[in-house]
Amino acid sequence: MPELQGFGAQLAAGAWVTTQVAVYAMAVAVVLGLLGALAKEAPVAPLRWLANLYTGMVRGLPELLVILLVYFGSARLLTTAAGWFGHNGYVELSAFAAGVVALAFNYGAYLTEVFRGALHTIPRGHVEAGLALGLGRRRIFRRIVLPQVWRVALPAVGNIFMSLLKDTALVSVIGIEDLMRETALAVGYTKEPFTFYLAAALIYLGLTAVATLVIHTLERHTSHGMRTLSS
Amino acid sequence: MNETSAALEVRNIHKRFGGLEVLRGIDLRAGSGDVITLIGSSGSGKSTLLRCINLLEPPNEGEIIFDGESLALRRARDGTLVAADQQQITRLRAGVGFVFQNFNLWPHMTILENVIEAPRQVLGYSRDRAIADAESLLEKVGLADKRDGYPAFLSGGQQQRAAIARTLAMHPRVILFDEPTSALDPELVTEVLAVIRDLAEEGRTMLIVTHEMRFARDVSTQVVFLHEGRIEEQGPPSKVFESPESPRCREFLASHL
Repeated sequence: MPELQGFGAQLAAGAWVTTQVAVYAMAVAVVLGLLGALAKEAPVAPLRWLANLYTGMVRGLPELLVILLVYFGSARLLTTAAGWFGHNGYVELSAFAAGVVALAFNYGAYLTEVFRGALHTIPRGHVEAGLALGLGRRRIFRRIVLPQVWRVALPAVGNIFMSLLKDTALVSVIGIEDLMRETALAVGYTKEPFTFYLAAALIYLGLTAVATLVIHTLERHTSHGMRTLSS
Repeated sequence: MNETSAALEVRNIHKRFGGLEVLRGIDLRAGSGDVITLIGSSGSGKSTLLRCINLLEPPNEGEIIFDGESLALRRARDGTLVAADQQQITRLRAGVGFVFQNFNLWPHMTILENVIEAPRQVLGYSRDRAIADAESLLEKVGLADKRDGYPAFLSGGQQQRAAIARTLAMHPRVILFDEPTSALDPELVTEVLAVIRDLAEEGRTMLIVTHEMRFARDVSTQVVFLHEGRIEEQGPPSKVFESPESPRCREFLASHL
């Protein structure tokens, strides 16, 4: 282990912030992705347009730019909205919240496509069987469609989470004290870039290893009843 | 069959898919205990008729009467008729079982979970009661040992028997079978037909779309021959199979017996 000159606790704190940003952003992105996928399949045309606009926009913009746009754009939006409710003065999201929202916005678009693809693998007959027994549409979605979508999508969702975990490094530009930013600060003080970037690399690898383990466990838990080449 | 004993009745059912008129005015009534088989070449509208009865397919015209209650329908924007009263259609679907050609068991649930899902949710049964019910039904269809297995690991015949148990768990007044053996390998057909035959002997009211002519002759109280969306011949099996009036029905039977 390289000599960290007392910056170890700071890196650990950064790693914790990185983990939190990644987990919260993923949770929001999954919700956005499911809503996006449903909107793309909706019988109502404006919903489909909205979802296509969303995924098209995210696909066409650099992630860093989206993060900056959300951070500065949300402050404007909130300040204006607060004005309508009689609050005068500047309102903004915390850097942490803005980072989470921006990452979620990005990754929600990728998940939209993943969930949409998974939805297409569920035979219509599974829904019809539910309807024919008198089950309601919500119940059918929650008990029959969603669990199957989830297990079909899980490997891709896992990949997307890994990619998101690494992209949390981008949120350091808006001042979140994540692992990347703490590392950069340590480099600035000590003038030992290689030592600290190497330390950060090891921590990122540690985080992705844990994530891989969690994803594998989830996959095992959801694959019951599936007949696959490997089972 | 008098006016009051009809368990299920449809009147003047029309169904169009685009420009194609699949059903051209079907009237049919099933009295309590009737076993009606629907026969006819593919494309004659048999399956569509069955699917219109519980509104898996919205008809363009017609009336559906279940248990003396006419189903409230309203016209959707695309011109088809959809349920106007959500509670009423739920009641009809709970009371009219439907067995699919491809079983449509839910693959992420065990056989037992498949069977207890709807009774728990729709009939409000407790878990214990639903399980007790399911176990005796799985026993009845010969699958007691598969209760914790998953559909993908069962043969087609076993899956279809499980699907029948799932339907029976709702205690339906009428059961609709949509080509229940058409997706099965020949050697698995018998075990499924045997289960359906048992149900017929219990006096259950059933509508069965099938290509198994010998089976139809054995179990039916009434046989209906559909041709191009109309009922072309109808009557007890002895009449339809032995002295059909319609030349098309004679032709069809000649090539299917």
